Amino acid sequence: MDNTAIRFTNFGFKYNAQARPTLYDINFAVREGEKMLVVGPSGSGKSTLAHCINGLIPFSYPGEITGTLLVGGRDTKKESLFSLSKTVGTVLQDSDGQFIGLTVGEDIAFSLENDCVPQGEMISLTKEAAAMTGIETHLSHAPYELSGGQKQRVGLAGVIVDDVSILLFDEPLANLDPATGCGAIDLIDRVMRKTGTSVLIIEHRLEDVLYRHVDRVVLIGDGRVVADLPPNELLSAGFLGEYGIREPLYLTALKYSGVEITPEMSPENIDTMRLYDADTDKVKSWFACPAPPPRVSSGIPFLEVLGVNFSYDEGRKALSDISFTVYKGEMLAVAGTNGAGKSTLAKIICGFETPDSGRVLLSGKDLKDDGIALRGEKIGFVMQNPNQMISKAMIFDEVALGLRTKGLSESEIKQRVNETLEICGLYPFRSWPVSALSFGQKKRVTVASILVLRPEIIILDEPTAGQDFRHYTEIMEFLLRLNKTGVTIIMITHDMHLMLEYANRALVFSGGRMLADSTPAKILTDPKLVKMASLKETSLYSLAKRCGIENTSGFVQHFIDYDRRVRNIE
Amino acid sequence: MSSKLGLGYINRCSPVHSLTGATKFLMAVLSSVAAMITYDTRFLAAMIVGAAIVFKISKIRFREIRFVVIFIAVLMLINSVAIFLFSPEEGVMIYGARHEIAHLFGRYYLTQEQLFYMFNVILKYFSVLPMALLFIVTTQPSEFSSSLNRIGVNYKIACSVALTLRYIPDVKRDFDDISRAQQARGIDMSKDERLIKRLQNVLSVIFPLIFSSLGRIDTISNAMELRGFGKNKTRTWYNDRPYRIADYLAIAFCAVLVAVSIALNAVNGGRFYNPF
Amino acid sequence: MKNVTVKTFVAIGIGSALFFVLGRFAAIPVFANTSVNLQYAFLGFMAVVFGPLAGALIGLIGHSLIDFTSWGPWWSWIVTSAAVGGVIGIVGRKIDVEAGEFTTKSAILFNIANVVGNGIGWFIVAPTLDILIYQEPASKVYMQGIIAGTANIVTTAIIGTLLLYAYSRTRTKKGSLDKE
Repeated sequence: MDNTAIRFTNFGFKYNAQARPTLYDINFAVREGEKMLVVGPSGSGKSTLAHCINGLIPFSYPGEITGTLLVGGRDTKKESLFSLSKTVGTVLQDSDGQFIGLTVGEDIAFSLENDCVPQGEMISLTKEAAAMTGIETHLSHAPYELSGGQKQRVGLAGVIVDDVSILLFDEPLANLDPATGCGAIDLIDRVMRKTGTSVLIIEHRLEDVLYRHVDRVVLIGDGRVVADLPPNELLSAGFLGEYGIREPLYLTALKYSGVEITPEMSPENIDTMRLYDADTDKVKSWFACPAPPPRVSSGIPFLEVLGVNFSYDEGRKALSDISFTVYKGEMLAVAGTNGAGKSTLAKIICGFETPDSGRVLLSGKDLKDDGIALRGEKIGFVMQNPNQMISKAMIFDEVALGLRTKGLSESEIKQRVNETLEICGLYPFRSWPVSALSFGQKKRVTVASILVLRPEIIILDEPTAGQDFRHYTEIMEFLLRLNKTGVTIIMITHDMHLMLEYANRALVFSGGRMLADSTPAKILTDPKLVKMASLKETSLYSLAKRCGIENTSGFVQHFIDYDRRVRNIE
Repeated sequence: MSSKLGLGYINRCSPVHSLTGATKFLMAVLSSVAAMITYDTRFLAAMIVGAAIVFKISKIRFREIRFVVIFIAVLMLINSVAIFLFSPEEGVMIYGARHEIAHLFGRYYLTQEQLFYMFNVILKYFSVLPMALLFIVTTQPSEFSSSLNRIGVNYKIACSVALTLRYIPDVKRDFDDISRAQQARGIDMSKDERLIKRLQNVLSVIFPLIFSSLGRIDTISNAMELRGFGKNKTRTWYNDRPYRIADYLAIAFCAVLVAVSIALNAVNGGRFYNPF
Repeated sequence: MKNVTVKTFVAIGIGSALFFVLGRFAAIPVFANTSVNLQYAFLGFMAVVFGPLAGALIGLIGHSLIDFTSWGPWWSWIVTSAAVGGVIGIVGRKIDVEAGEFTTKSAILFNIANVVGNGIGWFIVAPTLDILIYQEPASKVYMQGIIAGTANIVTTAIIGTLLLYAYSRTRTKKGSLDKE
């Protein structure tokens, strides 16, 4: 027997519903005990690749396979979904969809139950797997009592309980904040060492996965394998950007400084990367170049939150003594991990929940007597998942919905909707069905449907969650343009890149308290704050430190401004 | 399920709680079958007294289910009025006698037979109820599906029920989030408006709710199949509880109730106990 | 699709959860004590998309949960909900929305299934069981059945048809997708 866990040979796949294949000519192999990362933008076929390995293709999604795929030495076409599931354990991206038990224990035991394992044995195996992923103290918890990171631990325990030899992770970081994401990557690494399994991670957040060593990275673009290299070589090759993958920020900064990246520098990790004096000098002199002045706020107080306290019915204190001011025309980020209280804050501003004490003022007027609908005319709220907001089949109708409810005349509606569609770059699509749009376009439709009501502030909940670099940029650039037309924007996010690159100011929340109110660059270069709020410091900070630069926040700000200019020119 | 959704599991340490979920489910079903078969007043009254005793044993306090009882009492009052309005002589027909108390108006006379009949309807309903309530408040949701499977329900269907209990809180949360977000756009489904308008508003909330929830079906069935769901003809359960003597006794007792109820039909020569 | 697979059982689980939430929290009050029950429109839709087994079980599980968590089981109507879902599923089994087509013919077929299913359920099953189990006056229970049945037929005709139409738009035809 050869020692390959997975081997693709001239492999291709076409879904029945599609006119053309999704995968072409795939050739690569994962050796036993190897850790492999598959990167590629949305729509590149990387999720299809995962489905081929765990057997959902062809057993659940019918289509045409060409070439062969061997998993554990056996041809998948001749296996069944069930026999493959004994070899490959899959942890899905959607941890709520993966969690099917009513409690943690039941969920971990799910596959044992299906295998008719006797109850006594099942309970001890479940405990073992739970201990391996550090969730053993939560066995009787229900899913809604767990955080995203904990749910993912349950998901992992639920597959290693089966003694599989290959672990497959489909976008494990998509719904996690960066600190939790690091924890997940670290956990995967530890479990892999303990169990001796092979690991395949499908992700587009390259820098976050590289937090722990991987053996090789396969880059997928348009259904083909573009590169299959050790990480140091791939990072030095410099064509990641062309395929919509964001390279680690510290490497971008080094390149801007004129440093050439080579495999010998082992660029996969900023802390262990080899940097010569000549390199750090280049970085220092790059930093000395003048940067444009920072964006200044209008200084006109607009939305004021004063001494707000709030507890949910169960008595859990969700917000303690929150006070801050939002100025007109700002693009503000509210940051923090899941459960920090940032979504609750949005609910209070929008009037979905009533604070126990404290006030919310808009242009100096107390909003306490304004109901949800009345506030909605001034403060628009855009949900994270556009599919939860869109109820009409046609784009025009969806955007017009709020105006029609108000009873405006059809001619005025038409004029206002068209005007809004124009601003949002959706005018050419106005007669399209919503179902034909991409996620980013749908997001724009939901923003348009709020914008058309002419609110003065728009609050967005996780505007780019789960999006690859191209879609992220598309959505955020759109919001930035909107902001420049005078709309005040508040973004609720756990994405550090987002707040660093797009917010002029950020509020940091943790455990229902507000820990900081400052510029993103200052926040993400303050190790104490970063630790307290479970954020993750940017790798640019580490780079600055390594180059002996004292003004770390200035360095980060310089990078952001420089990067904006470079990317806009492109 | 959390108590916000209505009645839910109340954790106590009692002999009733320590019965298996399957037992309690069977007790609820058998006792409602028994109560359904007969209209014997004495039997129904005895069942209510019996259920009250079981409630006492279960350490569930009356105030924890008070709102349900009051709600049902109101419902039954309305139902009785409706019965009287539609058929004021129903009792006379059933019991074959007529003891007039008073003439109200038109064709409506108050008779002893009608009052007794309506009393029986209420009694019947209240005798079905306690065991059903008891089942809900003393059974842990996660034990329920294994219970269903144990009493012969196909395990796949039992798992469907578990999925329902698992995802109700998620669907409810999505429903709240969506309806508030739509309200902020001026689309209020609870607002007092013309029916058509209100219908449109409701659709703007339930369409996204339904379609985003259906979108999950694929993910969940993938997750289940990838972990071997449906592989075998049977499955074991993490939360299964063994039967004990008390379980067999409780089930046997309820089975006897059904037998008594059937026997009473023969003794009374019909479903009603006729004192007239 | 309509052969019974793991997906059917997941659809039953999620469908019952939706039936429950719609029934408990999304009823449109018309006047005192009467409301438009949206869950039956949804039930008709699910029965057609996922077949009679799903229809019957969503009615059974969803309705039982509503009853058990609020006022105790009213068995005759629980059985009726299951019957409505099952019958609509059987009569409507010819409608294929998965292929991405929803024609006038499908709409007519769906509404035939709607009238037959809700008709059998509310005009026949519910009152008959009410008489058998609770021995309530025939005139009262038939009147209740006719009111409830008519309301559900109308809601299902409007909302159920719209749901099916919208659902068919989200399905794709074989070999039809291509990148621009």
